[in-house]
Amino acid sequence: MRRAALSILAITIMSLGFASATSAQQTANPETIEIGLSMDHVMITAGFSGTDLTIFGAVDNADPFVSRQGRYDVIVVLEGPARPIVVREKERVAGIWINLDSYKFLNIPMSYSVATTRPFQDITDPASYKQLSLGVANMYLQPSGEDFRSNVTIERFTAALRELKQTTGLYTQRIGGVEFLSQNLFRATLRVSPDVPVGTHRARAFLFKNGVFVRETSAQLAILKSGFERRVFEAAHQHSVLYGVFAVVLAMVTGWLGRVLFRRD
Amino acid sequence: MGIYLPIAEMAVNVFVLLAMGAAVGFLSGMFGVGGGFLITPLLIFYNIPPAIAVATGANQVIAASFSGALSHIKRKTLDFKLGTVLLIGGVVGSTVGAYVYALLRALGQLDLFISLFYVVFLSAVGGLMLVESLNAMRKTRAGIAPALKKSGQHNWIHRLPLKMRFRTSKLFVSIIPILALGAGIGFLAAIMGVGGGFLMVPALIYLLKVPTNVVVGTSLFQIIFVSAYTTIIHAVANQSVDVVLAFCLMVGGVAGAQYGAKAGQKLRGEQLRALLALLVLAVGLRLAFDLFVEPNNVYSLTAAEAE
Repeated sequence: MRRAALSILAITIMSLGFASATSAQQTANPETIEIGLSMDHVMITAGFSGTDLTIFGAVDNADPFVSRQGRYDVIVVLEGPARPIVVREKERVAGIWINLDSYKFLNIPMSYSVATTRPFQDITDPASYKQLSLGVANMYLQPSGEDFRSNVTIERFTAALRELKQTTGLYTQRIGGVEFLSQNLFRATLRVSPDVPVGTHRARAFLFKNGVFVRETSAQLAILKSGFERRVFEAAHQHSVLYGVFAVVLAMVTGWLGRVLFRRD
Repeated sequence: MGIYLPIAEMAVNVFVLLAMGAAVGFLSGMFGVGGGFLITPLLIFYNIPPAIAVATGANQVIAASFSGALSHIKRKTLDFKLGTVLLIGGVVGSTVGAYVYALLRALGQLDLFISLFYVVFLSAVGGLMLVESLNAMRKTRAGIAPALKKSGQHNWIHRLPLKMRFRTSKLFVSIIPILALGAGIGFLAAIMGVGGGFLMVPALIYLLKVPTNVVVGTSLFQIIFVSAYTTIIHAVANQSVDVVLAFCLMVGGVAGAQYGAKAGQKLRGEQLRALLALLVLAVGLRLAFDLFVEPNNVYSLTAAEAE
């Protein structure tokens, strides 16, 4: 096993040397990208107030000439679990603001956090972002299509969805959040919101060379509630009657204790 | 210091919750109401989802009213019989309320109705109480003894059938209006996350002519059970009771309530009612403001049912 790995390494080194020697060979050995997470899960504990997640990565087969010029760009994304979501629109009816119109979207990531090496417009063109469904402004938000609505309406609701997710801090972008530490090693720092949904999140890294998308890779990250928080949640959902009775008893005991401890009459 | 709420699934500041609980507890101790009508809107202003604010508000009300009711039992100013009749109505009302609540939530109009109910009831009750207490204050200044209960004076409520005698309250009255009152308040309790004290107290005083000293204790007694019932119903039907959130509020609340009760004893009845009226009106106007003024963002997001 070790011998096999060694020989692969040897071949890689040989081909690397060869690749840098002739640029014709370069296209035959395209760059690849790899990422590793510093942890495979994030625990949400009682004091959780958001965190920064660091992701390390490497560009293999990097062309030293290109990397010296800083023509490699990396965009790293942490995408939360996807859920259907309804966007509601208030309108004034008889002087009162009422939810009137609504539109449903499917498979919307509950959270989406992006880090890039440089501003979006300096990396590649909007058409590529659209194609890759990359970045808060360009990611694809799937309309439900269950009711036939004009494209204008759907676009209006899509824009509102993007904006709301950003104002609540669930969709974030950090320009310059990815830094090259050496010619092919990089580090991405992503924001994990305090309101991050629990579940399996996917970290994805996109490599660009001279403004052209080369390759992407992904890794998984579990965001979990810690023991106590998880037990409370499970109790509320699986033993809801007992949970309700417990809440009532807790309130009565607190009320009684409060009177004993703080009585002023 | 941040604290993560397992049901609301968000992080909040624990000191804000304690302070919120203490402030509301102080006022509820002072006025003898559960404080639900203050805590639920406060939680909504603090970005807690309305569904969780309502269910958790009901839970926190239990602690405040239980604490208050204990001192009324000691002072023998609690009419158990009247409280029980109110309660029977209350259970029916809050069961219906919980169904309506789930229905409104499915239609996406829950927030609107919660706000509308608050605006209508808070403004009406606050306005009526303010007028009454100002009149009473004017009379005391003029030297006329305030008389809420005049013997021999009867309104239409006292002509209804099915009469029952309530000794502690010195009442002989039909149980129909009592059951109806209980049901109405139970219904609102389920939708608004309140115990209904701010409605119950004036209704008992002005409609049923219950002596003022018995009103608060009896109202608290019925509120304990109605909000306990509401809490369990919400826990089962909507899983929207957050015990961590409720506990933080309760701890602040029960401490504040004891100091509030002491402060309340220093004020005269009509002054107390005038202050409560102003407070109720202020909350009502604040919520009305949100209904009538264009929101910052006309769009909002709600999780949809997975298919």
